[in-house]
Amino acid sequence: MKLSSATVRLIIPAASLALLLVAVFYMQPRAMSYTGLNLLFNLAVPIALATIAQMLIMAVNDLDLSMGTFVSFCACVAATFLQTSPAIGILIFLGAIAVYAAIGVVIHVRELPSIVVTLGMSFVWGGLAVLLLPSPGGVAPGWVRWLMTAKPPVVPVAIVASILIAAITHFVVMRSSFGVAIRGVGGNHRSVERAGWSVIRLRAATYALAGVFAVLSGVALVGLTTSADANIALRYTLLSIAGVILGGGEFVGGKVSPIGAVIGALTLTLAGSFLSFMRISPDWQIGAQGAILVVVLALRLALNRLETREKTR
Amino acid sequence: MTIRKMLLASVAVACAIGPATAFADTATKKIALSNNYAGNSWRQAMLTSWDKITKEAVTKGVVAAADPFTTAENQATEQAAQIQNMILQGYDAIVVNAASPTALNGAIKEACDAGITVVSFDGIVTEPCAWRIAVDFKAMGESQVDYLAKKLPKGGNLLEIRGLAGVSVDDQIHAGIEAGVKKNTQFKVVGSVNGDWAQDVAQRAVAGILPSLPEIAAVVTQGGDGYGAAQAFAAAKRPTPTIVMGNREDELVWWKQQKDKDKYETMSVSIAPGVSTLAFWVAQQILDGKEVKKDLVVPFLRIDQDNLEANLANTQKGGVANVEYSLEDAQKVIASAK
Repeated sequence: MKLSSATVRLIIPAASLALLLVAVFYMQPRAMSYTGLNLLFNLAVPIALATIAQMLIMAVNDLDLSMGTFVSFCACVAATFLQTSPAIGILIFLGAIAVYAAIGVVIHVRELPSIVVTLGMSFVWGGLAVLLLPSPGGVAPGWVRWLMTAKPPVVPVAIVASILIAAITHFVVMRSSFGVAIRGVGGNHRSVERAGWSVIRLRAATYALAGVFAVLSGVALVGLTTSADANIALRYTLLSIAGVILGGGEFVGGKVSPIGAVIGALTLTLAGSFLSFMRISPDWQIGAQGAILVVVLALRLALNRLETREKTR
Repeated sequence: MTIRKMLLASVAVACAIGPATAFADTATKKIALSNNYAGNSWRQAMLTSWDKITKEAVTKGVVAAADPFTTAENQATEQAAQIQNMILQGYDAIVVNAASPTALNGAIKEACDAGITVVSFDGIVTEPCAWRIAVDFKAMGESQVDYLAKKLPKGGNLLEIRGLAGVSVDDQIHAGIEAGVKKNTQFKVVGSVNGDWAQDVAQRAVAGILPSLPEIAAVVTQGGDGYGAAQAFAAAKRPTPTIVMGNREDELVWWKQQKDKDKYETMSVSIAPGVSTLAFWVAQQILDGKEVKKDLVVPFLRIDQDNLEANLANTQKGGVANVEYSLEDAQKVIASAK
């Protein structure tokens, strides 16, 4: 049986996740339970959502350096307005999504490097978050808290959420014609244009969709932490990029994989727990986390090379 | 193995809530320290104190383990994951110095629900199920003015050096100083600068404002800024006022030099990094089944003219004056909260 290249792409991240999971279970058998799995993975849910958002941006060959501050901002909105007056909260979220779409348009029309624009936006979001919550606080809306701490039978909510996110985005990005067009913009936007699509609209829509997932990420995060602060998700910028790459995505060419991105986010979270169970000193932990990334990426590069050799033969 | 542990744990719990005379032994209990940051001298001293006191406690068999964990990036989400890992590792108590007073509440609630005792200190958390060991920073500010009122009964002009703007500690100390000045009306704050708790920033800020100020009787500070203020006064060739110090080694050394030279008098006050060991003993006492109020106040560490030498001898070069707390100290703090 011949495996498709997309499947090959998924093998490495899936295998590394499985390997890490086995190692964690071996070291900490307590983790092999309903609550254990939930504790291991519940903080991965917002990271997975942010990773999907980043993946969408990367699908059109851009990079979003404001992801962390934007998710922090959304978390602050969720812990303040969404809780006290849901209507205004939702309006703010819609406005933020519109801003994301506008960023996409600006980047496209002015042919600006997305890194510069989003880096600038990161200060805007960070400032807004501080304005909303100058000191840590706020309360998570009851329904968000309920959703994130729900106890569905058999499978913990963290796993259910991850599978749902992966399935829905897989359908949107890999199966729908809209998804094909998004990836087309990343692959070869001229041909997409010639096929009758409006690239500017596609980019705006992609950015807006990324904004939607980032908003969901902020809301999910507040559901877990119960309250917010303005710096709550700063790590998400780099984590989301690493998650996409770990999951088999690439910086250019519209080569992305939603399932891979979710797996990548889970792997990154698990790597942190793994290192903490290993009792590695914190001075070395960042380095060790980096080492795990390098190993996985090296494996992938090797596989890619195999893939191209097959093709040229 | 795990089942046996769980049985043991349930027996321990049964003992604790059973007859009132039962003494729940903590020899089998494991305590973890969740720390968010290790990048300055204060935090390093805090971790060293923890190591020293808990190693002793472990060898004596008071507790089974007391492991410190520090997150790599000083981020609340990372520390939340760390606490959730500790739940999985089966610790009986978690002592937390939190990255955020609120963002860890979800993880801490999970820990409480798993039957784990959570004690927060220094960086405290607002989750009601956790214990809090807080510093009364307001009293710390007030005590400075009270000391000055005794030393300078005639009063005079004060220069206030504040900390990092927008941080709650700065607001609290400032409120204390304000309250002190209101009480002792012979004092008047004539100038205020932000020293960011750093000697170089404080020196620059004080040097900038000095030319516009009348004669200064005393400088009230927040710690980490006294030495810089002294340097600024010396550079401007103005008489050195009474500068309240903040227990840093360079400040104490300067104070000692002045004291030897012309009997300079002042006091020094700050929070001791050894407060981590107080949190450890409080956690141990809670595991032992003692009734402990959820909110405890840690005494701050004050150095006066007569115990300056002793404290200076105990302070590492470039460090902060420190005390480590014993079980008896913890019991005293617990008793005084009732």
